[in-house]
Amino acid sequence: MSSTTIAPTSFEKPRSLPYKGQVGMLCLIVAESSIFTIFVVAYIYYIGKSLSGPTPREVLEIPIFATVCLLSSSLSIHAAVSALRKTQLAAFRLWWLVTLVLGGIFLTATGREWHHLIYHKGLTISTNLFGTTYYSLVGLHAFHVSVGLVGLAIVLILALRKLVRQEHFRNVETFAMYWHFVDAVWVVVFTVVYIVGR
Amino acid sequence: MSSDSMALATVREPSQSLGDILTSWVTTVDHKRLGILYILFALLFLVIGGIEATIMRIQLMVPLNHFVSPQTFNQMFTMHGTTMIFFVAMPMVFGFANYLIPLMIGARDMAFPRLNALSFWLTAFGGLLLYFSFVGGNGIYGAGGAPDVGWFAYSPLTSRAFSLGHSTDFWTLSLLVSGFGSIGTAVNIIATIASLRCPGMTLAKMPLFPWLNLVVAGMVLIAVSPLTAAQVMLCLDRFLGAHFFDTQAGGSAVLWMHFFWIFGHPEVYILVLPTFGILSEVIPVFSRKPIFGYPVMVGASVAIGFVSMTVWAHHMFTVGMSSYGNTFFALTTMIVAIPTGIKIFNWLGTLWGGKIIFKTPMLFCIAFLFQFLCAGLTGIMLSAAPFNWQLSASYFVVAHFHYVIVGAILFGIFAGFYYWFPKMTGRMYNETLGKLHFWLFVLGFHLTFDFMHIPGLLGMPRRIYTYEPGRGWEGWNLIVTLGAVVQGIAILIFVGNLLYSMFEGKLAGNDPWDAWTLEWSVSSPPPEYNFAKIPTVFSRRPLWDVKHPEDPDWEYE
Amino acid sequence: MHRIAKPSIKIRAVLALPREMVGRRSGLLIVREFALMIRRSSIRLAKAQAYLRLSAVLVLGLSRIRCCFAQASPIPSIFRPESTPAESIHRLSNFVLIITGLIFLAVFSLLLYSIVRFRRRQDEDGREPPQVYGSNRIELAWTVIPGLIVLVLFLATARVIYSVQEAAPPPGTIRVTAIGHQFWWEFRYPDLGVVTANELHVPVSNREKPTPTFIELLSADTDHSFWLPQLNGKTDLIPNRVNSTWIEPHATGTYLGQCAQYCGTQHALMLLRVYVDTPERFAQWVASQQLPVVQSDSVAKGRAIFEHTACINCHRITGTAANGTFGPDLTHLMSRDTIASGAADNTHDKLRLWIENPDAIKPGSLMPAMKLSDPDLDAVTAYLESLR
Repeated sequence: MSSTTIAPTSFEKPRSLPYKGQVGMLCLIVAESSIFTIFVVAYIYYIGKSLSGPTPREVLEIPIFATVCLLSSSLSIHAAVSALRKTQLAAFRLWWLVTLVLGGIFLTATGREWHHLIYHKGLTISTNLFGTTYYSLVGLHAFHVSVGLVGLAIVLILALRKLVRQEHFRNVETFAMYWHFVDAVWVVVFTVVYIVGR
Repeated sequence: MSSDSMALATVREPSQSLGDILTSWVTTVDHKRLGILYILFALLFLVIGGIEATIMRIQLMVPLNHFVSPQTFNQMFTMHGTTMIFFVAMPMVFGFANYLIPLMIGARDMAFPRLNALSFWLTAFGGLLLYFSFVGGNGIYGAGGAPDVGWFAYSPLTSRAFSLGHSTDFWTLSLLVSGFGSIGTAVNIIATIASLRCPGMTLAKMPLFPWLNLVVAGMVLIAVSPLTAAQVMLCLDRFLGAHFFDTQAGGSAVLWMHFFWIFGHPEVYILVLPTFGILSEVIPVFSRKPIFGYPVMVGASVAIGFVSMTVWAHHMFTVGMSSYGNTFFALTTMIVAIPTGIKIFNWLGTLWGGKIIFKTPMLFCIAFLFQFLCAGLTGIMLSAAPFNWQLSASYFVVAHFHYVIVGAILFGIFAGFYYWFPKMTGRMYNETLGKLHFWLFVLGFHLTFDFMHIPGLLGMPRRIYTYEPGRGWEGWNLIVTLGAVVQGIAILIFVGNLLYSMFEGKLAGNDPWDAWTLEWSVSSPPPEYNFAKIPTVFSRRPLWDVKHPEDPDWEYE
Repeated sequence: MHRIAKPSIKIRAVLALPREMVGRRSGLLIVREFALMIRRSSIRLAKAQAYLRLSAVLVLGLSRIRCCFAQASPIPSIFRPESTPAESIHRLSNFVLIITGLIFLAVFSLLLYSIVRFRRRQDEDGREPPQVYGSNRIELAWTVIPGLIVLVLFLATARVIYSVQEAAPPPGTIRVTAIGHQFWWEFRYPDLGVVTANELHVPVSNREKPTPTFIELLSADTDHSFWLPQLNGKTDLIPNRVNSTWIEPHATGTYLGQCAQYCGTQHALMLLRVYVDTPERFAQWVASQQLPVVQSDSVAKGRAIFEHTACINCHRITGTAANGTFGPDLTHLMSRDTIASGAADNTHDKLRLWIENPDAIKPGSLMPAMKLSDPDLDAVTAYLESLR
């Protein structure tokens, strides 16, 4: 059955629709932003409302180094994706590795901070409202960083086995969107927890 | 044009064993099969939810009844609400969306077929998990069972202190799991509509059904996540001793309410908007005219999508918010009535001047219009906060939301069922049984939900397993229960009609309704690849252009 | 008792009721209009819809009938307000009902007309009707008009929100603190030193010198809601939060209500009673509640059992060793008409049964069966019955 028996006199120019992977990733980012917003709202609402226990000012140290590492990893992943687009595969692998390492440093730093808070400052998720909201918000972010690291590692392994080529650049760029999102969320979390909330 | 299409829904080679057939259905990533799986899943839970409702109605038939214990009754209303919203209405909506969107936009499948399958199975697993609670909900102390905290699970009733055993955990986890499925489907719908429309189909030329599902998918992304977040917080409270909703530690019970209703209110629009989409497809075809005011219909839908995110605390008028808070939410709730009302007028404008054909799908649409009008008006009553202080948490509000969910949403879904049944199965349903289902269901619906408003006006709160005689509630409750029985009979007729017609119905052909959107251009049921050649469209009603080459739509749009 | 008539009542009978009985003129007019509409509409579906409105209106109308009762009816209808905030809400609800009723009539008639007038007839030539795509003017009109209606409704609503929520307590206000428990109500009068449970006594209020009752709402466990439809809309009791409500009754009598927020197994039987007394009777009641506990030697055995079992951990009887706050204060138990927050009358048999096995009256309530022997049970019951 033909569906084009008549063409109208003014036919729209052939248009290009967006790449579905990026649309999907954007949607995921919207949904994740919504989840993080709720945790941030809970954090802000409960500032100053703990009935007991350590306050943020008493126990929190601003994680400058970890933050610098994480934000730099956005730059390095951007460099990696640009390199891949220009078919500079070695550069791509190098920058990708740098991203993975920087992300790993961030996660390790978070882990060390938590260890310190739990064992030396006596702050756990059940200590008071601050503990509850702090660990859940930072923890949710750290969880997303972990998932990102797993993804980064998988792509790195594929890259080392020479399976990632220039034609995969859009897929890799889509993944990089996720990593940029994780970084952007850290900016918000950092501001709320270490600046506004202290 | 293949009009001698397959007679049965399953394309069966002669030598396929039952095992092969089941495997093909379980491992399918075809949007049409997944759509059917969603719909069958929803139908199964509709019957289960209906049984739970019937149990409640028998208990409430007379005052001080002893049909079930209070514990069982409380489990019934919790499970009924949770089941109907999450495992009937949402899967129905997603089922129709999955089946129809690629066909209507000229695509071969959804953007991410495997994600589609994952989303369905997550939803199915969620349903299984919720019902497993009947068996596995007992905790160490033997307390628990199915969840009994109400479908919105207010804290601190859900805390470890007041909710023993694991019943609440089953509620939380099953919805968490199926929530991921919902988000997956929403991602799929948006990516499909953004990236897979056929040539010529700009968003302005896309039929209203995909449009409304696009708005809904956006809402799902933004609104389901707060529920996920709140449930994670509840799990942290219950398992790790966190204090999100622990009032003893300074936590706030009202915070749960805010988070829940930020999800809960957009959720009901998520359920009703796709039904609007079904109506916007069925009413034009059976009035023989295009939808009246397509641009405004799109605009109103988007407006509803946005404004519905600002009204949530009208479920909380009685919690003691400030007068500023109450005033704000009363205002936004009244405002959202405007685009909603406009849609009723647009459907009226579509009917006006047409040549209305009273087949079963159209009968359900017409009933929808009358009933949604009433539901919207009782909604306006509830939006007036002081009036709400009397009406909320009473049977008036139960009647109102059932008027929306059954009288509007379910009626619209039935219209969709009857309209697209020929496309999905290749056979026509039995028109006489369809009309019988309609009239019986209308009778039962009105017996139950019209009269249910009255006990609410006379002071009967909701979620009570029994009530004192002499308060003037008895007779009304009896009538309400009678209507429930009539509705049950109607549903049985419906299911019977479906099953019978699937095997014995008349062959439908491609286009039994003389309709105008792309799904009617392929065989019934469609081949797995949908379109032999991806079509190019020039207007909102591509088949009208084909059938009326002397007077095509694109000259007027 | 006064049962609201079922909608099978013949329309003729309604119209034949004398005007004074059906209510104000506007009520009768609305009833007449709906009756005529039902007669005229020939479509069953429309009839069913119309019956909804008629029955709602019947409730509205018949609820105005004030013939036989010197005191309030046991039917806690929101359309029989007897207190200032409930009356404000009632006026607003009538206004909203009238507007929505008019909207309903208008749209309903248009819908009905369109499905009748524009049916496809048998003898038609099979041509499609004129394909109309829209009309900017019409669509503008049906956007602007609802907008105006919303504006009017909103202004009316905002006014009542402020008048009810921001009402200032005048001098002469009775202050009560209500604490919600699973599944009973604790009432304290801080200024009067009175503590009681489940049954609230307030004085009737005079319009010249008002004596309303302002109630602070707290919760000891989960969410509850304080609702007496004839006295005010409901307000929730939420733990870790202080809410407040007020009532200003204008007619003496007994008003019924119950908890309106699901709070657990026995939410259904967490009933409320408010006794609106004349000022003299109220003063008498307060005085009797302020009296110390009645000590009587004839019930010494029962008292001894009470004070040596777990009873004293939950209940309080002033002037004795019983000092628990988990359950109701029993000091003046016999001054109450009901026990178990309204689930049973305060009679000998019911009281005895309650102590023996609370689950027989209120399954799932938090009072455990005390497993007393029969003679002990009789003694304790006798002791409690001495607490006037």
